Amino acid sequence: MIRLEKRATPSKQWSLAAPLLAVLLTMIAGGFMFAALGKDPVEAIRLIFWDPILGEFADYFRPQLLVKAGPLILIAIGLSLGFRAGIWNIGAEGQYIMGAIFGAAVGLAFYPAELWIIFPLMVIAGAVGGTLWAMIPAILKTKFNTNEILTSLMLVYIAQEILKSMANGLLKNPEGHGFPGSRNLAHYSASSNPELIAGTGMHWGVVAAFIAVIAAYILLSRHILGFQIRLTGESPRAARFASVRPNLLIVICMGLSGGLAGLAGLFEVTGPAGQITDKFNVGYGFTAIIVAFLGRLNPIGILLAGLLMALTYIGGEMAQLQLSIPAAAIQAFQGMLLFFLLAMDVLTNFRIRFGREAA
Amino acid sequence: MSDTGEAPVLLHLDGLTKAYPGVVANDSVSFDIREGEVHALLGENGAGKSTLVKMIYGLVKPDSGTMTLRGQRFEPSEPRAARADGIAMVFQHFSLFDALNVAENIALGMEKPPKMGDLAAKIKEVSEEYGLPLDPHATVGNLSAGERQRVEIIRCLLQDPKLLIMDEPTSVLTPQEVEILFETLRQLSREGTAILYISHKLEEIRSLCDEATVLRLGKVVGSCTPREKSARELAEMMVGEVLHVPERAAKDAGEVVLSVSDLSVDSPNPFGTSLKNVSLEVRAGEILGIGGVAGNGQDELLAAISGEAKTDQGAVTVHGKAVGNLSPNERRKLAILAAPEERLGHAAAPDMSLIENALLTGAVRKDLTKSGFVNWGASREFAREIIKKFDVRTPGSTNAARSLSGGNLQKFVVGREVLQDPDVLVVNQPTWGVDASAAASIRQSLLDLAERGAAIIVISQDLDELMEISDRFAALNEGSLSDARPAVGLTVDEIGLMMGGAHGMEVAHSHPDEHHEGATS
Repeated sequence: MIRLEKRATPSKQWSLAAPLLAVLLTMIAGGFMFAALGKDPVEAIRLIFWDPILGEFADYFRPQLLVKAGPLILIAIGLSLGFRAGIWNIGAEGQYIMGAIFGAAVGLAFYPAELWIIFPLMVIAGAVGGTLWAMIPAILKTKFNTNEILTSLMLVYIAQEILKSMANGLLKNPEGHGFPGSRNLAHYSASSNPELIAGTGMHWGVVAAFIAVIAAYILLSRHILGFQIRLTGESPRAARFASVRPNLLIVICMGLSGGLAGLAGLFEVTGPAGQITDKFNVGYGFTAIIVAFLGRLNPIGILLAGLLMALTYIGGEMAQLQLSIPAAAIQAFQGMLLFFLLAMDVLTNFRIRFGREAA
Repeated sequence: MSDTGEAPVLLHLDGLTKAYPGVVANDSVSFDIREGEVHALLGENGAGKSTLVKMIYGLVKPDSGTMTLRGQRFEPSEPRAARADGIAMVFQHFSLFDALNVAENIALGMEKPPKMGDLAAKIKEVSEEYGLPLDPHATVGNLSAGERQRVEIIRCLLQDPKLLIMDEPTSVLTPQEVEILFETLRQLSREGTAILYISHKLEEIRSLCDEATVLRLGKVVGSCTPREKSARELAEMMVGEVLHVPERAAKDAGEVVLSVSDLSVDSPNPFGTSLKNVSLEVRAGEILGIGGVAGNGQDELLAAISGEAKTDQGAVTVHGKAVGNLSPNERRKLAILAAPEERLGHAAAPDMSLIENALLTGAVRKDLTKSGFVNWGASREFAREIIKKFDVRTPGSTNAARSLSGGNLQKFVVGREVLQDPDVLVVNQPTWGVDASAAASIRQSLLDLAERGAAIIVISQDLDELMEISDRFAALNEGSLSDARPAVGLTVDEIGLMMGGAHGMEVAHSHPDEHHEGATS
């Protein structure tokens, strides 16, 4: 019989090895899935994990890695702070949309002025938009004790409707020949978020993501607020004993995660996406939840997980194109990654024992 | 009872051994329990008492050794088998559903429960026969701890047991309630039911038990007739060394440091107890002992003084300054410290290291942060200082709090507050689950702290402990605090009455015919 035995202290080795093992198991299980779909599993795995970095057309794909990873990391860092404290902001997608709308609206209001201040103002507006949207579930929770998982998630759908309305109404390009969507902010130099180093995919959003990783690392390991966040997640009663104010912490964590998601939206709409359209959002806010957990809610882990997740995105698209693997299978593949990661997580806190119960 | 020496052996234990990884819980334990005998199993926390009774009750299988019940080989594979052979057990922690009534709770534990009406009648009959009146239709959530224990006992008695195991039954009872329970146990014993009575309370064992087996570190280290030994001799058998009794110097009472006046707090927890008009004063250099059965407002009182629960500003004052609206850290700045009862999850975070747990309450007074950034070096130093001065046994300060034994973590938690040099210290259950020598050193540290002029409140369910260290004694009963009285000269009866007497349960043995309904009101 196999049983689990709780470790006295969580194992450091296993907390490092678990993600690697999870990736390996995902490859194996995903390979079976691809084989069942009648595709060559080795080819599919190679397309997903190998070709985007080192394959024939890697020069085209490599910049995409940072373009995709940037917003994922930025959002996931914000989410991880709340998750650490047991505050479950599931609505980053909505905050991402609202950040993009707020920021784009500021930029479009200045059109066609050419002032250096415009882009910084847009960045601030993006952060404010995401933060305000996150304040709704935060205040509902602190005032009425509603469940932030539900409210933040429902607000995503509202944000999506607002996005549609904006793309077809207020923010619609007056010179767009009736097509939905705003002016292209990337083509308007005062508001554009260009590639900073050609061929790398590095834009301001990626820079912001790296800064967020470093700041979160310092916050969690060196600052008393980071300690309070960790303490609250682990033991809410001990946190109150240590003078943590739970409601204030909810507001701070929701605000930080909303603000970072808003920033990600702003950098996306001014750079890679270029304009507000009704299909502007592509699910970064949800995928970032996976990234946060894949990275074990640790800033460095999230950096790596964001890159890995971006890789599966790009590789997944390649596999879709070249092997005509259905998009749903790629999503299932990404889902497996999270599943195996959480399953492997058990090994950090428990050890597997074979044989009969000793107690 | 007097002739138990002649009574036949009911249960014979021979060489029972049970090892867990890293510790031998029972090492070749052998003794006999005779029919109708009240047999004490005496030992410190961690001596192996619980493991032993779990083997008898079929919860744990011995690695080796045998049990013989009335001459038959006895190897219960599960509690159901043990119950079928006439073994019943009342656990220290009750397994009752608050929302169900007494009869429903009892029916839940039965293999084939009879009709509710019949069962209720049976409960009433048995409970009155044994002097433990119970209303079968009372909702368990409304019962006092003593009455809940009655439910557990009646549940056992309905099985007509040959051996009744009782694990620390008096920890939730007032002295009056204890007397009622003992009367019942003596009656059972007269009728031929053997009782295995687990405790570390020596006076109780001396007054109740016919035989005692003493366990230490998993081994039987002696057996005796408790009535023929003094409590001190029993304690020394149990601990294996000469006990060091904390010393206290006579002193003059200083000025009033902590004053609580007319404090009423609603408990945030639906099964908690709200405080009702609590008033108290503690002077510099004084220890106020607060007794009472668990769940009568102890946690709430600690929270109101530590700052976890905010109150009217003037309800709590320290050195004349109103602090009722201050947060825990603002109070720590004013040298008001607390050590809660729940070690893991309240006083300390289980998965965090001892360094982080030192920071948890030490940040303010030990100056462990600078403009919001943590000085981990200083935190580590503080953790090491606690470990060293309070003899906390751990491989190092980076170990997680939950890897420490209960006693060692308790030393850490109390040490952490004592070393922050408080003016006011509130400790809830300072020595719960701590072995005797560690308990003595914790008590000594509290006495030393008082001598340096701190005002201390010790909340405890251990009356012996309170009598040993308190200058004055008060008791919490359903959220109300009795007037504090000098501890010297208080009798057990007086203490019991301060704790709420028998919570309306006294009818039991004195007037068995009288009818009795739900007791707490």
